[in-house]
Amino acid sequence: MSAGSAAVDTLVAVRRARDFIDRNYADPLELADIAAAAGYSRFHLVRAFKAAYGETPGRYLQRRRVERAQELLRVADLNVTEICHVVGFTSLGSFSRLFSELVGVSPSQFQRDAHAAGAPLIPGCYILMWGRPLPRQTPKTATTEKPPAAHPS
Amino acid sequence: MITKLGVATAYVSDYDQALDFFITKLGFELRTDVTMENGFRWLTVGPPASPEFQLNLTVPGPPMHDEATAAALRELMAKGALSAGAWNTDDCRKTFAEYTARGVEFIQEPAERPYGVEAVFRDDFGNWYSLNELNDKALDQQAMADAFGSSTETP
Repeated sequence: MSAGSAAVDTLVAVRRARDFIDRNYADPLELADIAAAAGYSRFHLVRAFKAAYGETPGRYLQRRRVERAQELLRVADLNVTEICHVVGFTSLGSFSRLFSELVGVSPSQFQRDAHAAGAPLIPGCYILMWGRPLPRQTPKTATTEKPPAAHPS
Repeated sequence: MITKLGVATAYVSDYDQALDFFITKLGFELRTDVTMENGFRWLTVGPPASPEFQLNLTVPGPPMHDEATAAALRELMAKGALSAGAWNTDDCRKTFAEYTARGVEFIQEPAERPYGVEAVFRDDFGNWYSLNELNDKALDQQAMADAFGSSTETP
């Protein structure tokens, strides 16, 4: 069973890397940070991640950010530039290009279509309070683990 | 006619770790723990607020699974592909705070959704679950169609 356990250990490690991306996509993530979450070198992580999930961690991060942006463009009362930054992009140009490539329409067009369909908007400050990823490895005590109180808009 | 779900199954890697996760961290109760003559262990737990529901915890392997099946299940668990469902709570943010303090690993903190407030966590074995505080629209088909209709055009 040792070969099977090694495979499982690898999958647990790459899953930790993927969960790390899902938690921290809004931060400026480096491949080294993602690899550290798995306890792997960058090279080893990219290879094992791609074997498990069919794409590189960098591509997964891009898709996660675009997916989060789609959600916010649908429901949040924020403009495209604000949403671009909330989901972790630093350049509006690269955000728009990548979004268009993956979704098929530009972020502005996507937002216009979604709002025309009449989904109720959630106040932007609320999204900013709750849309952020979790703090990294906070001390596990009842008082420090308390999340901020719900923020009125 | 079926009336309700009585038992669901989550695969786990170890029975003692599973009891620690579901009872100590999530606050579930032990429902049944018996080992049959063939070695099969029937272990179920459940939330105190749902006394008739049992979550069955099973380590993949004999006598239920051949080795290839067990290995496939262990891999799916490890890579995070399996879920045993969505839990309901009266207060998602409060439960999130309690569970986080006990070391439960959340991959998405509480967020407003058309159907309520939702967070996503993993158990200690890689399975993911939603944690939902449903609103009055969650089971309203028309409201959900309106809320999600705009997203059906995208592939």
